[in-house]
Amino acid sequence: MTQRTIKTALAATAILGFAFTGAAMAEPVDDALVIDGTEITIRAPAPAHLDGALTELISGWAFRDTETRAMQMDDFDNPGMIFVDRGLDAWNAVQGTEGKSCASCHEGPESMKGLRAVTPRVDEKTGKVMNIEAYVNDCRTTRMGAEALNLRGSEMTDMLALISFQSRGELVNVAIDGAAAPFYEKGKEIYYTRYGQLELSCASCHEDNYGNYIRSDHLSQGHINGFPVYRLKDAGLVSPQSRFVGCVRDTRAETFAAGSDEFNALELYVAARGNGLAVEGVSVRH
Amino acid sequence: MILSRREALVLALGSVAAAAIPLPALASVEEAVAAFTGGAAVTDGAGVTLTAPEIAENGNTVPVSVDAPGASAIMVLAAGNPTPAVATFTFGELAGAHMASTRIRLSKTQDVIAIAKLADGSFVRTSSEVKVTIGGCGG
Amino acid sequence: MANDVKPRVKVPKSAKAGEAVVLKTLISHPMESGQRKDKDGNVIPRSIINRFTCDFNGKNVIDVKLEPAISTNPYIEFEAVVGEAGEFKFTWYDDDGSVYEDSKPIEIA
Repeated sequence: MTQRTIKTALAATAILGFAFTGAAMAEPVDDALVIDGTEITIRAPAPAHLDGALTELISGWAFRDTETRAMQMDDFDNPGMIFVDRGLDAWNAVQGTEGKSCASCHEGPESMKGLRAVTPRVDEKTGKVMNIEAYVNDCRTTRMGAEALNLRGSEMTDMLALISFQSRGELVNVAIDGAAAPFYEKGKEIYYTRYGQLELSCASCHEDNYGNYIRSDHLSQGHINGFPVYRLKDAGLVSPQSRFVGCVRDTRAETFAAGSDEFNALELYVAARGNGLAVEGVSVRH
Repeated sequence: MILSRREALVLALGSVAAAAIPLPALASVEEAVAAFTGGAAVTDGAGVTLTAPEIAENGNTVPVSVDAPGASAIMVLAAGNPTPAVATFTFGELAGAHMASTRIRLSKTQDVIAIAKLADGSFVRTSSEVKVTIGGCGG
Repeated sequence: MANDVKPRVKVPKSAKAGEAVVLKTLISHPMESGQRKDKDGNVIPRSIINRFTCDFNGKNVIDVKLEPAISTNPYIEFEAVVGEAGEFKFTWYDDDGSVYEDSKPIEIA
């Protein structure tokens, strides 16, 4: 990647003393992400549908510090992996009025292999955007007779971790045509819309300024291939839409809710921006 | 024990704060050290190694390792935390290398201190400054 | 007892007699420090794992005193010398009196 200059000057940031610090620009590392002997694709050519907005896709892993990167390179050092274990317990636990567990229908969690790489996707019958969380809650409410899980709660992120882990290493390949097309367009519009008192769009940070620092945060390209993420700050798992809530709140805007039409469309769009990167299946970020 | 200027400051500030606000359990670094050593002298330098990042990407989860060949115990302190105690590792008869790694919370940029009780009963100390940055993205 | 506390340990399947092996442990636990306040400004009471021990065939490997400055989901890595085949026993002690245990066998190669 060549040295880039800051493309965006933000009026609001000048007033608030809140600026991207180009002088402290640092390249993402060139290291390979190898987890217990298996290399995970963290760089890929940008897909054609990005129209040159990015030249190369780079996983957020490459933007983190040495110690944070190291934690993801060993499945024991990765604190997020304990939630895969906890998700497996939940997978096998009978819940709801129908006396079923996930395993009753799906057998082992390996039956979910590949799903994380192609979601969110649009259900042809209902026309709804389905991410992992939507599938889990659909099963719970229509087949298990169980309560829907809180989309941002730990029971849901445990399931998200378990199911994402089954697709580790598979390349993200989220469909953007057919039934997905209108959601892709809607997500794209949200991605480029400036929100909040700080008037920041997703693109302000993650397209125009990745590699630069926003205060001490080294901005990534904002891909969600690594999610759920074990955040050192929260010492827990974060889902893509929880991250969206945090990002939009940081622009000092009222945020959309997890599971809203807006964030479902945005998740589909952002996931598709990462087409070609690998599912990391519980990543570690700061 | 010889205090660095920073520790002296921390202790001084700590005692001022303790005098002004009657907080319970505002144990100072000095008290924690005394409790560990029983008042024995602590020398700086060889015998104990502390590995910590120069800059922590997030203060909530900072990986640190301590290593002191032959030591019976190693205490770790974070001088700038509201309470400085972090952990004390006591090695049993089946311990391999007398090392341990863990992940700790640091409330701000500060010195992390490791004090080892060596096989001969003497105490050695080392410290390492860890810079804790404030991130831009709270979410 | 804190919810969903789950231990995880990593022990090699086998070792040479007298060899030092690296052991890694993690347990899901909030490690509530007692320094935080809730939305109403009330201090959230301290609730941590305050002690961790590892023994091998009844003999101690390490005994750790943990303080509130240990991160959520406490991680501890250390080494043990294995003289014969046997079983590692890992024990975590919670402020609330709960005790969490795990064990792993190791063979002599």
